Amino acid sequence: MAKNPEYYESLNIDYKPPRGNWMDRPVDIKKGIYCYPARPVVLENVGMNDRSDWGKYWVVEDEDWELPDDWKERFLNKMRDMLGKYRTFKIYMDICVRCGACADKCHYFLGSGDPMNMPVMRAELLRSIYRGEFTTTGKILGRLAGARKLTKKALKQLWYYMFQCSECRRCSVFCPYGIDTAEITIMGREIMNELGMNIAWIQESVSKCIHTGNHLGLQPQAYKECIDVMLMDIEDNVGITFEPTFNRKGAEILFVCPSGDVFADPGIFTLAGYLMLFEFLGLDYTWSTYASEGGDFGYFTANEMAKRMNGKIYAEAKRLGVKWILGGECGHMWRVLNQYMTTWHGPIDFLEEPVSPITGTKFENAKAHKMVHIMEFTADLIKNNKLKLDPSRNDQLRVTYHDSCNPARGLGLLEEPRYVIKNVCNHFYEMPENTIREQTYCCGSGSGLNASENMELRLRGGFPRQNALRYVADKYGVNMLACICAIDRAALPPAAQYWNPDVGVCGITELVANALIMEGEGPRTHNIRGFEIATWEPEP
Amino acid sequence: MGVKVSLGVSLGVVLAIVVIALVGGEVSALQPVFGIFVPYAAFVIFLVGFIYRVVDWGRSPVPYRIPTTCGQQKTLPWIKQNKIECPSSTLGVIGRMILEVFAFRSLFRHTKAEMASGNIVYGGSKWIWLGALAFHYSFLIIAVRHLRLFLEPVPFLINGLDLVDGMFQIGAPTLYLTDLLLIGAVSYLLVRRLIVPKMRYISLANDYFPLLLILGIGISGVLMRFFIRVDIVSVKELTMGLATLHPVMPEGIGAIFFVHVALISTLFAYFPFSKLMHAGGVFLSPGRNLANTNRAKMHVNPWEYPVKIHPYEDYENEFREKMKDAGIPVERE
Repeated sequence: MAKNPEYYESLNIDYKPPRGNWMDRPVDIKKGIYCYPARPVVLENVGMNDRSDWGKYWVVEDEDWELPDDWKERFLNKMRDMLGKYRTFKIYMDICVRCGACADKCHYFLGSGDPMNMPVMRAELLRSIYRGEFTTTGKILGRLAGARKLTKKALKQLWYYMFQCSECRRCSVFCPYGIDTAEITIMGREIMNELGMNIAWIQESVSKCIHTGNHLGLQPQAYKECIDVMLMDIEDNVGITFEPTFNRKGAEILFVCPSGDVFADPGIFTLAGYLMLFEFLGLDYTWSTYASEGGDFGYFTANEMAKRMNGKIYAEAKRLGVKWILGGECGHMWRVLNQYMTTWHGPIDFLEEPVSPITGTKFENAKAHKMVHIMEFTADLIKNNKLKLDPSRNDQLRVTYHDSCNPARGLGLLEEPRYVIKNVCNHFYEMPENTIREQTYCCGSGSGLNASENMELRLRGGFPRQNALRYVADKYGVNMLACICAIDRAALPPAAQYWNPDVGVCGITELVANALIMEGEGPRTHNIRGFEIATWEPEP
Repeated sequence: MGVKVSLGVSLGVVLAIVVIALVGGEVSALQPVFGIFVPYAAFVIFLVGFIYRVVDWGRSPVPYRIPTTCGQQKTLPWIKQNKIECPSSTLGVIGRMILEVFAFRSLFRHTKAEMASGNIVYGGSKWIWLGALAFHYSFLIIAVRHLRLFLEPVPFLINGLDLVDGMFQIGAPTLYLTDLLLIGAVSYLLVRRLIVPKMRYISLANDYFPLLLILGIGISGVLMRFFIRVDIVSVKELTMGLATLHPVMPEGIGAIFFVHVALISTLFAYFPFSKLMHAGGVFLSPGRNLANTNRAKMHVNPWEYPVKIHPYEDYENEFREKMKDAGIPVERE
């Protein structure tokens, strides 16, 4: 068992805020924390605010952020519009009593000590403008009422901190009024979007997704090739060959997963898991190269863009004439699917109520939405003894489970993944209770903040999760962190490499596939990553 | 502007109200202003303001059903749902709201995160929950007790409450437990804001002012009961007059009474314009008051509008040859 990295001992983050009023703070924007703004050209092709009608690319370090002359009007008009459209926004602007319950619940605050990362302060950045521009008492009393006018300084602070929130909603669990900082960040980002103030990492993904169907910009043949590569790996390591279908009309089920699983290690092994599971079952399903993205980075820009991107899933299901849709392991994908999708596009009368063709189970909780989570689907299979499993193949793993934020707090998917893990692994250990289930921590990179230039922010934000992981690694020798989110699978490995260099990261379906006894399989001496099972020690 | 200004101004305003009421209460010509006009005006502002704010919130729709789920969803029949923390029925939502409103469920979860030799440690911290609960309930019981001034005959239940509240029969007149609790809890909430650095950083004058105001109300009330006695018969004559809309201004009520009334009137009038509106807002908060049933039952957004979705046809037109080469089926060859 490895020791704590040395820097742990010296790590001392000061949670004591400085003296003085936060409104007097200068705009203090640090490299390593912020993400680069998007290039205007990226956005031309998606019809999103691209700044082309007034200015150019803007550089964060520059004094002048190249705002249009009427930027204040644009900001305030948009804000007024959204206050009228969302009761959440209006109430959350009005009723916070600053009790401080949320203050030490944010992973970015706990990892950085920056007092403006206390959720209440993040919200106050916008709330102060709301008071100063929209309420009578704020207009009269000014700072005494916690109000301020919309200035360039206020805007810069707002931008800086709205992109230091991963919309994970952990703080909202503790708020006595259920004030949801994610909602406030979503509003703040959409308002700033009017001024072309989003980030490259998000908007480039959006731009690619609109045209190719996925964030990574994989064209149809490339998407298929990625899957073909995994089929070869399966052939090598499992000893079976099969060919899944793409864009096939008349399939019973359309399968949609985040494109990260198609492309990036270790998500590709989760993808191999999907392929093997469906092959084992003989499922009548199809992949789609058009609806090739379950995630929705549009959700991190504006509601309309989120809806535009998400719309392809139902459109494709309709075109192919499938009965229902199965969704893969992804975090914000499932928040969007659960809490927005049916409202955006419903009623969905061209699909049928999902029924598992293997067990006959009706997924009644999805009867309007017509989409089933792969963990619900797999848990049902295991419960009905439909999978042949040999969990001892995962014996080299001591597994813990990271509840991905959105499935936990935006869907309530807590038991299904645990049930699946316990049936495919013999060694499962929970992290401390303050860090799992509805109190789970963000990986540190959610809501489109998994860029590279903000790595310091990501490592800091990842610290609370990694600290809990450190605990079970030390105590039980945990060496594998399972999760059900593609951003987790992209973001947890670098964070683990820094904080927990002896722990690997995987999706749950990868664990399922390793335990799955496939018909006609060869000797399973290697896992689907190609490592010899008996000797393998995972590393991130 | 730091704590000193926020706190100083708040304290200054409360003291100014006290002085004005003290002086005004001594001038018999002004007594009807402080005893009748101000309370009526404050009550009307409160009522109209409160309703206006709630109606105003209600004017903004709830486009999406986005409760924070804090427990297991309703799913496969053999997985136990948490019907309160992740409700799927109206009954469950009511249960969740009752726990939230009457027991401060979410605040009960509060833990304190601290840094200890490179690790985050979590301590259970129920003080804020306890303080908030003590404050709200003692305030509520005191308010209900005060109904005896506005009702004749005094209902049995209010007399009973009076007895229980004074059950230790300390001193004469008996000391009410809730008086002690209220002053203690408000002081705790105030001191917490002043000495915990995080709290000091986030606190505004809007936070200090209502606490000081309520502290003033409590102190003036206790003073009036134990130290600077007022003629309770005259007080009841006044309050009954107010309640029956036939206001009269009896002679000889001490000035301390006008201080008490002025502070309460200020609280009422201030209420709709302040964070105190959380009392109404908590019921309307979409983070808590909705069932997690989006996938089973469609939620309708009144302003939903169609958007442009990149059509499959355009996609195929762009990639047709590549799709054909890769063996992916196409609509048009």
